[in-house]
Amino acid sequence: MTDTAARPEPTTIDRLVIRFAGDSGDGMQLTGDRFTSASALFGNDLATLPEFPAEIRAPAGTLAGVSAFQVHISDHEITTPGDAPNVLVAMNPAALKAELHDLEAGGSIIVNSDTFEERNLAKAGYAQNPLADGSLKGYSVYEIPMTTLTKEAVAPAGVKPRDADRSKNFFALGLVSWMYTRPVEPTLEWIAEKFGGTPMVHEANVLAFKAGHAFGETAELFDHTYEVLPAPQQPGTYTNIGGNTALAWGLVAASQLAKLPIFLGSYPITPASDILHELSRHKNFGIRTLQAEDEIAGIGAALGAAFGGHIGVTTTSGPGVALKSETMGLAVSLELPLVVIDIQRGGPSTGLPTKTEAADLLMAMYGRHGESPIPIVAPSTPSDCFATAIEAVRIALTYRTPVLLLSDGYLANGTEPWRLPDVASLEPIEVEFATAPNHTSADGEPDYWPYLRDPATLARSWAVPGTPGLMHRIGGIEKADGSGNISYDPANHGHMVALRAAKVAGIAASIPPLEVTGDVDDAEILVLGWGSTWGAISAGVDRVRAGGRRVAQAHLRHLNPFPSNLGDVLRRYPRVLVPEMNLGQLSRLVRAEFLVDARSVNKVEGTPFIASELQAAILGALDD
Amino acid sequence: MTDLAVPATTKKDWSSDQEVRWCPGCGDYSILTAVQMLMPELEVRREDTVFVSGIGCAARFPYYMNTYGMHSIHGRAPAIATGLAIARPDLDVWVIGGDGDLLSIGGNHLIHALRRNVNLTILLFNNQIYGLTKGQYSPTSEVGKVTKSTPFGSLDTPFNPVALALGAQASFVARTHDMDRKHMQETFRRAHAHKGAALVEIYQNCNVFNDGAFDDITSRANRDSNLIPLVHGEPIRFGAEREKGVRMGSGGRAEIVDVDEVGEDALLVHDERAPDAALAFTIAQLSSGPHQPTPVGVFRAVDRAEYAAEVDRQLATAHDQKGAGDLEALLHSGSTWTVT
Repeated sequence: MTDTAARPEPTTIDRLVIRFAGDSGDGMQLTGDRFTSASALFGNDLATLPEFPAEIRAPAGTLAGVSAFQVHISDHEITTPGDAPNVLVAMNPAALKAELHDLEAGGSIIVNSDTFEERNLAKAGYAQNPLADGSLKGYSVYEIPMTTLTKEAVAPAGVKPRDADRSKNFFALGLVSWMYTRPVEPTLEWIAEKFGGTPMVHEANVLAFKAGHAFGETAELFDHTYEVLPAPQQPGTYTNIGGNTALAWGLVAASQLAKLPIFLGSYPITPASDILHELSRHKNFGIRTLQAEDEIAGIGAALGAAFGGHIGVTTTSGPGVALKSETMGLAVSLELPLVVIDIQRGGPSTGLPTKTEAADLLMAMYGRHGESPIPIVAPSTPSDCFATAIEAVRIALTYRTPVLLLSDGYLANGTEPWRLPDVASLEPIEVEFATAPNHTSADGEPDYWPYLRDPATLARSWAVPGTPGLMHRIGGIEKADGSGNISYDPANHGHMVALRAAKVAGIAASIPPLEVTGDVDDAEILVLGWGSTWGAISAGVDRVRAGGRRVAQAHLRHLNPFPSNLGDVLRRYPRVLVPEMNLGQLSRLVRAEFLVDARSVNKVEGTPFIASELQAAILGALDD
Repeated sequence: MTDLAVPATTKKDWSSDQEVRWCPGCGDYSILTAVQMLMPELEVRREDTVFVSGIGCAARFPYYMNTYGMHSIHGRAPAIATGLAIARPDLDVWVIGGDGDLLSIGGNHLIHALRRNVNLTILLFNNQIYGLTKGQYSPTSEVGKVTKSTPFGSLDTPFNPVALALGAQASFVARTHDMDRKHMQETFRRAHAHKGAALVEIYQNCNVFNDGAFDDITSRANRDSNLIPLVHGEPIRFGAEREKGVRMGSGGRAEIVDVDEVGEDALLVHDERAPDAALAFTIAQLSSGPHQPTPVGVFRAVDRAEYAAEVDRQLATAHDQKGAGDLEALLHSGSTWTVT
């Protein structure tokens, strides 16, 4: 970049929330992602919230087509993408209209003023130009003709005017990088890597990015720049990770730890498809992926592979879980390991495919016919998806059971810095296949009974096809305990139902006790959460405690079975508050299980809780 | 899966200790016997053999084989077997199902298994009725079928399973029937030897709910006149004196003719290896049901890339290009920074 001697010293701020918004085709996800990466490499703590419409290209210029990306960067530890943006970058009138309501009072608005003309204003539903009618009074508005400036800047690259227009997100990125003193090298390197194959596009994007940066320096629109210093981080190597990638890597890790190959059977569905994409890239790990003909075939193939001794995995979202439920029941009956991953989204039915929600908990618990218990685990942050995936595989393999992992759209697409674990420190997963007869038949011959159990875990014996002498048949019809032969005996059915329930309940012996943080000893209230609400709950709890109230916090990774000390923890505090992105599903479970008066705080709007909402909810519950 | 070191076995070795629970007189018995007697001849190991089934009378089959087996859920056997065959290409995977299981609730999985060409030997027991649920019409029942669920006659046009499989790009399609063990065994042997998905439709009598459905063509009295044996490379002829034949008629339809009238040279020569399935499809349409001359034998047997082998080839290529998977390297594959 060109150096200018007159550059003023930037003002240091402790954190920044910026939201990039534009048309679906404007490249806002990419812009936000690049700003995030540069900040991550710079050493800030951060959290992101991408938001995009379900339509790939909704009509250009309309409110339905607005795509946004919010990133929170700071010089200290943060757990959420921020309550209200400080800065809104709006590439067209629709983006301004759709996103302005969240902007903090007095915040900054950077608009592409070229788009604020009659047609686009009308499409966004503006009767008057908001840049001219005084409605933005109270904000700092920067009107920049980004389209014009980008076209001029990229002219030397020789791209067609229409293509030139597509580089304007890099202009915006360059400008914002200058305003917030972001390092430029990571972005230039990334552009080279991504577009190196098409030199003209590469050059245009570099020119646009540099032009945006230079514009900030020279236009004198901005009286000063800002910087957010790196956050103190524990020593280690970090990467910026999203939930779906972490989940896919966790499965790869689990495969290595168990020394068994992964077989993924999956059908494309938002927001889970990226796990299929990511695992499909890693065939050199011996991973087999099948894009099946439907959701049912996805889990069926995974179960077939599990019968063959692979780690069977299927990935989906809520509607797909509904379709897979019969096969999950079969897996419960067969007592074979299987990992079912539900990246929850707004429901019911198609609902809000690209928005987040966590309303599948009761489906995961009870959404099958018959007594069909399935262990459930849920990650709490994007990077936690890695460890939770390993945990799901551990439970599945150790206990020969299907396991449901409940992530959600917010974790799936959100990112955060992740201190990479030491691979050598990851706990191996021990799996023992049967290789010899385990029973003697009535005529004194050694034979194999597939439903003889480990007395400690109640896991059944597992012999895979190809093992001489252990041929056996399993099926969905009730089996006699031990032999696994078909049995319609009433007492045996009761016994098997109880055994399967006891096996899942017994998993609690292998999971750590629930940890309580905050005012552990004398809190006035316990806030209990699960899943992606961890960040917002933590921030809300911190604020209430900073205000002098005593609050304890606990967050569940295991939802079935619960950690064995959950009842004690719940009874320790006079009030229990359960924030959830549903109408109170965990609160129902703990009320039913422990007879505690757990109060529910709900948000089912397709967006995660923000810290201020939980701060208010906790304060409200305290004064109740 | 041929292995010269495979120990010799007998039918008894392939029979499990479970009591067979089909209705007395059911056609399933003769199919089970045909398979149990064939297995020792295939030079495969019992422990490497897996039978996967869905739900229905036929789907009880795996319980009676002394191999590995899974009796799964209705319609899903082809999907489950697909996963098993891809994960474990060393195994010999068979799929057993009835017309309701494989053509109605599991129709989608069947056609996709066929188009993928996963190495599965699929035996479709077609009795044109729902037996286990006690007598409702099935997707292969004839129009007008009077059953408990269709007291005024069914309205649905039936599937022709052979034509359906050919339309789904199956690389091996055959038909046989439960009254002829030798024909069954030769057909199963061919299907088993085929690399890829092999579908065998078996006309199977349900003596309780649809007795005699195939008598017009499979009874000893009618076999010669109403079964058209397909023999690769030979003119298609049938009849006690082989006096009837099949030739291409007008409008792209095959027709039955007297050989004396048209001469053998006018007959269609069966070519199960034809690259295009059009001829097999035409032959499959000769009969609209088991009451008129109906072709049996191998309609189509062509070489096509087998799915699990292709999956393994991709894995091997990835391994060659990128080396064995390295978790540490994977975790560091994005942009990283180090804090000291």
